[in-house]
This record gives sequence, C-alpha cells and structure tokens, in this order.
Amino acid sequence: MYFRQTDIEQVAARGGGTPAELTRRQFLKLTTVAGSGLTLGIVLPGCGRGPLGGAGVAGSTSHPLAIPFVRVAPDNTVTVICKHVEAGQGVWTGLPAIVAEELDASWEQMRVESAPAEVPAYQNMAFVPLGVHAQFTGGSTAVANSWEQLRHAGATARAMLVAAAAQEWRVPPGEIIVSEGVLSHAAAGRQATFGELAGSAARQAVPATVRLKDPAGFRIVGREKLPRLDSRDKSTGKQQFAIDVKLPGMMTAVVMRPPRFGGKVSSFDATKAKAVPGVVDVVQIPRGVAVVGRDMWSAKKGREALGVTWDESGAEKRGTAELMKEYRAMGRGKEAATVVESGDVEAALARATKRVEGEFEFPYLAHAPMEPLTAVARLSPDKCEIWAGCQFQTIDQANAAAAAGVKPEQVIINTLAAGGTFGRRANAESDYIAEVASIARATGGKYPVRLIWTREDDVTGGRYRPLNYHRISAAVGKDGKVAFRQRVVGQSIIGDTPFAATMMKNGVDPTAVGGSAPEQYDLADAHVSWTRATVGVPVLWWRSVENTHMAFSKEVIIDELAQSAGRDPVEFRLSLLGKHPRHTAALRLVAEKAGWDQPFPKQKGRGRGVAVHESFGSVVAQVAEVTVSGNKIRVDRVVCAVDCGIAVTPDVVRAQMQSGIGYGLSAALLGKITLTDGHVDQSNFHQYQVL
Amino acid sequence: MSIKLTVNGATRELDIDPDMPLLWAIRDHLELTGTKFGCGMALCGACTVHLDGQATRSCVLPVSAAQGRQITTIEGLSTPAGRAVQSAWVGLDVPQCGYCQSGQVMSAAALLAANPKPSDADIDTAMAGNICRCATYVRIRGAIHQAAEQLSAAAPAHG
Repeated sequence: MYFRQTDIEQVAARGGGTPAELTRRQFLKLTTVAGSGLTLGIVLPGCGRGPLGGAGVAGSTSHPLAIPFVRVAPDNTVTVICKHVEAGQGVWTGLPAIVAEELDASWEQMRVESAPAEVPAYQNMAFVPLGVHAQFTGGSTAVANSWEQLRHAGATARAMLVAAAAQEWRVPPGEIIVSEGVLSHAAAGRQATFGELAGSAARQAVPATVRLKDPAGFRIVGREKLPRLDSRDKSTGKQQFAIDVKLPGMMTAVVMRPPRFGGKVSSFDATKAKAVPGVVDVVQIPRGVAVVGRDMWSAKKGREALGVTWDESGAEKRGTAELMKEYRAMGRGKEAATVVESGDVEAALARATKRVEGEFEFPYLAHAPMEPLTAVARLSPDKCEIWAGCQFQTIDQANAAAAAGVKPEQVIINTLAAGGTFGRRANAESDYIAEVASIARATGGKYPVRLIWTREDDVTGGRYRPLNYHRISAAVGKDGKVAFRQRVVGQSIIGDTPFAATMMKNGVDPTAVGGSAPEQYDLADAHVSWTRATVGVPVLWWRSVENTHMAFSKEVIIDELAQSAGRDPVEFRLSLLGKHPRHTAALRLVAEKAGWDQPFPKQKGRGRGVAVHESFGSVVAQVAEVTVSGNKIRVDRVVCAVDCGIAVTPDVVRAQMQSGIGYGLSAALLGKITLTDGHVDQSNFHQYQVL
Repeated sequence: MSIKLTVNGATRELDIDPDMPLLWAIRDHLELTGTKFGCGMALCGACTVHLDGQATRSCVLPVSAAQGRQITTIEGLSTPAGRAVQSAWVGLDVPQCGYCQSGQVMSAAALLAANPKPSDADIDTAMAGNICRCATYVRIRGAIHQAAEQLSAAAPAHG
C-alpha cells in the first residue's frame, strides 16, 4: 500500500463541505451540569427558534441550539461526539484524530460516542450543495465533511482551556504551552491537565475566531500508526451492536416477507405459530407478518409454523436470465439518456481500422454485512426509541416516526456500531427500522422489541447492487486519440426515492452510471448513455456504488485498446491522462512500486494487470498479479496506490484499501445473486459465496 | 425442559427447548452477547465458542449436546493463547466493523493451543470457516503469527 502525499492546503480547500457556511458558524459553549466540564457545540447565528428542518432531540434538556461536538471532562477524557456511524471504516478513530490534533490532546485520553439524530447540526455537509439536508454516512464523505468542523471544535476547546489557565496562573495566554493534554507555563512553574481545567474552561468566553494549526506541525493527523479507539472492545467481545441490546422485558421478532418482490399478505393463519412455546404475538405489518417470541429461537420456530397466503398480482416474476435478455435488447434499442458526450464518436469509430467491442453483464449483489439487519424499538405514548447501526439517522428517524405513528421529534435514534453495512443500512425507506417500529406499533408498545433478520432474510431480501449490462465500442486512431462509445442498461437506485428530485440530472441517475471513460481519461470523441430498466427487484448503493461496474468495463476496454495498439498498458493510460494529474501520479506510483518496468517472470498461467480509477474524490491505482490454472484464479499479489487527499489516519486508510480489495475480489470471483421466476436462488453463504 | 450448561466455569440451569442452538442459549438466556449470530448454518464462524477447548460453531449445536461439556465464550477466554491472540489483535488493529472478530479470536486461540507455530497454510486452513466481510484476513494472519511468537517467547526454555 502506498500513499501519495498531496498538498494539504490544496486538499483542505477542496474538501470539507461548504467553508462559507462554516465560517458563519460559531461554537457555543454548553454548560449543562455544574462541574461537568467543557462541552462545545455549534450555533447557527440567526436561528433563534430551534434547529432548521428535521427533528430536534426529543427529551433534550439542553439549549435547543446546543449541539455538542466535543466534551472535555473533569476525569481528563476528551469525547468526540460522532455524527457518522462506525461500520468498520474507522470513523471512530478518524474524527477523534482531527479534534485531538487541534486540541493538542494525548491520544490516550480520546473517547468517542455517537451523536443523536439532528439536522442541520449533524447533517452531512458534503451533500448540502446537492440539496440534501440529512444526517447520514455515505459517499465516502465522513472525514472530508467533518474536517473543518472538527478542527474548529478542537481549536476552540484548546483556546478556552488556555484562557482558563492564563486566568488562573495570571500569565499571558500566548506563553502557555499545550502538549499531550497538559498545559504548562515554565516561568510560572505551573502545569495542569485538561481535566483539571475543564471546569474553569467552561466559564471562559467562546472565542469568535480561532487559529487552526499549520499542517506542517501536525503530530496526530497523518501519524503512521494511530491505534484505533475500538480495537480492544472489538477483540474482546465487548463492542455493543444492535443485536446485543438488552432491555427489560424485551422480546425478539422475525418477519415473514413475501417470497417474491412486490408480493403482499393476502391472509395468514397464526394458529400453529402461536402454539410454539415462547411465541407471544403474531402481527401483520406493512411488509409482512411478524412473529414475536421471548427469544430468537421461539420467534424463528414460530415463523416456520406460520401459514401465509400471498397476493402476488403485483409481484416481480421475471428471472435474471430473462432480465438480461431484455437488457441486451435495450442496449441495442432506442438511445436513452446521455451521460457524457464529446466530439463525434460515430464518425471517429467509422474511421477506425480496428475496433474493440465489449459486452459486460454484471449480476445483482447482496451486501451481506456480517451483522444481519437488526434494530430494537421501545414505544411509549410520547416517544419511540430506536437502537440500530443507523447509517441514515434523520431519514431513519422520519421513517420510524411514520411507522410507529409518532412525530419525528418523538423518535430518539441511538446509533450503535454497525456490524458492516457497505451501503445496506442506508436506504430511503429505512426498511428494517420501519419494520421494527411497525412491530412496536402493532403490538401496542407492550414490550421493547428486537427485530433480527436471519442470513436468509438478508440474502433474499433485495436492495442489491443493480444488475447491469454494458456495451462498449472503442478504437484508437492513428493519431493516438481514443473514441469510446458506451451504453449502460440498469435500474435506477435513487429514481423512486426523495433523492431523485435534487440528484437526478437530465434523466440520469448518477448513482447508477458515472465514473465513465470520458470522465476519467482525455478522450476526443466519446458518448456514454444510460437506459433505465424498470424491475421490481429493489436495488441500492453497494460499496463504491456505480464504480463497481463502470470502473471494471472501462479499464478492461482501455486495456484492450492498449493491446490493439501494441502499447504498454501503463504508458497507454498515461498518454490519456494529461488533464488528470492525480490519476497520473497514482498510476506512476503503483507502476514503480509494483516493478512494472521489470520484465514479469514468464510462467504458464501467470500475468499481471493494472487499473486506475477515481471515485468519491479518491484516486486508486492497482497492479494485480494473478495465476490462472484451469478455472481456478489465484490473486498472488495486489499493489495499491491511493490518493485520498490527507490521510488523517494512514493505517485506517490502509485497512480500508485492504478491505475494498477483498470485498471487490469477493464480487469479481464469487458473488452473484440470481432469480428464477422472481424467486432469489441463493439463501445463505453456501450459495452466496464470499471470500 | 431443564438444561444444565457450564459456561466460562459457571454452571447454570435453564428452562429451554433442548433443540435450541447453543448460540441462542448463550446470547438470549445467559446474556453473553460477545458470541455473534451470522448465518445459523455453521458457514461463517461468527458464533465460534470452545467446547472442551475445541473451536465449535454454536449456531448449529443443540444445547442438549453441550451439557456436561466445558463451554468457553469470548467473555471467558483466558488461556495464554487467547490472551496472546487478543493482544496481537489490538496491536495490529485487526478489527474493522468487528462483528466477526469474537469468532475469529476464538478460532485463532484454539488453533494456537493445538499448533503453537502455524504456517500460513495452517492458518488459512484453520481460519477458512470464519468469514470477515471487511476482509481483515491479511491482518488476521499477521496477528496469529505475532501471537505465536509472543507465546514461544513467553514459554519456558527447554533443556
């Protein structure tokens, strides 16, 4: 794994949401309980009547505008209140690192906890320019959109601690040194920890402006090996996930869902299910029939005994073979929405003496996070509490409210660590959270209820990476210029969601098609179009979204073009990347580290390949060395170069890349969801195989 | 029906279905939630516990078959191999989402108890039944080697 160091100032200017809005914000000091130390939040000037849009924190006793980001406590801990879900990507380490840096804290005193659901305070700043005002984790934005916010939070807290020490010691604040969570003044012979000064810091005025550190002086951000804050709990079984929540009197539910997508409950017979020992309730909810038991085993046994008749008049009954046949025809039919266009691709292709043609068929893919979807709800007359690995906090809040029959501000979201998500827990309908809220409502809030999806529920449950068909014609002209025409056929991910209104552009769903060759290379003549398929199988973003298929077909064709022109795959790519300095740098770095200029040992079945792609603001280049024997593919080595801007926590970036490579190989070598007559053919890991 | 289970050294009597998988008895009735549910078919290893020291998938083992055996869950893991594995896991920052890691740690601890110096191939074989969707496999292998080294350094010298 290799990192290219990017100029930090340049990246800071590029990332971090909307700096203009941030500069209008000021940090607000929260003084809740005397002696509780310093808590800093943000306030939006001019918002005198509570948060803009969305729901507030139900039951919150603090100032309505007081949104905590960092808490310095008398016990000398510094807690970062994290607006994003930790699902393995390392945000519980990355966000505290940003605060610790500006605060000059010691890494050992850093703690992290999940923020409540709250917009605008905890909204994802990266999506505000797209017109999306929601708290969620997605689009590889957690660190980038928190960067400015948390640097200011840390710097403000530091300034107030310094002011407290200056006042107490009667010395000029400029003479105080802060290091590793300790303030000191050598001449006065004084020193104090953050914890000792937390109380008096809370009584200081909040500075209107603070100076952020010169990146050259960073000592935590960029540190090669900064221990993850969650490693110990996750190595000892102590980490709490939604499935581990225990509440007094809590029951467990499983749901029988329609065997085909779009099916509905016609009638059901609960007699046998209710006879199963431990089953306490069987209730119909909008998505099926829920069986509630005193434990998972009784609920599951109860579901096996349940008889449901389904109304399948509106169900999707096509299989994937049939769908792909239709997609192939659509890929040859009427040209649909144009994604990118430049020059005259038809003329250029007509001129070409040698064309490269490619057809690509990508299967549906399940996310299959290790923790199957799980959520807990406790409904009382005036509120509904939810515990889940929420990826879409304010959207989950609204959906839970609608399902439970309460107001959004009456829903309290408790975001727990998610046992993986890869996009699955972020869906506009909050499927599993709406389900648990529906069950709580249908059972009258008699008991807290925990909903568990079995692995079979997960694998057959839809919201897959869409099935896709690509058809590409490309050619290299005598002048070295490339003509590239691509047709993509697939379902829309956001087309039927509230995101469509602001995110669909000219009839194109950017989450279905994007990152195409003309967007990533300098191509003279290009045309990429997208034809939207309408299928009843629910689809969703799946780790890196459209790039999973778009990067694949693009890089395969670019490689074949290099081959057809008799050119080296790296040199050929570089010749098309003149306007893409970050691609160029990543590709050069990976070629160097992989020893691309050295002859590859000639061995039967052994070869190497290279690819470069930008997605979500990061550019990644990889060289894979592979051995093929018969139908067995062995990936011997992958060399990876990544330009992700500032590597706040380099070892977490390294872990993410290792993870992405493994997840990608799973899909490329093994992963496939197929349907026959509308029924999903796979049910568990023996059929939906993963690495 | 009354089922007697000895988990982490303590014996408890539970009034549960003898067919209930050990996993759900541990999680729902003994309230030890470190052991995870991942597949229910012994395909992913998230539910791995030790049964008389052997790594066992608790999601398919009926509680009746676990009676009279010594059951160890992640909460009770205290063998030298277990401690070495956990310390290597933390040192190398193996976990990402962390959900499968209890099972990974239990499998690794059982491997090192049986084979104190496993090769890469030994590790791959012993750990093949433990799925990690975050693909922490490279670090898992590294951490097992590190734990093995730590154990051999700590072991009293022979001869």
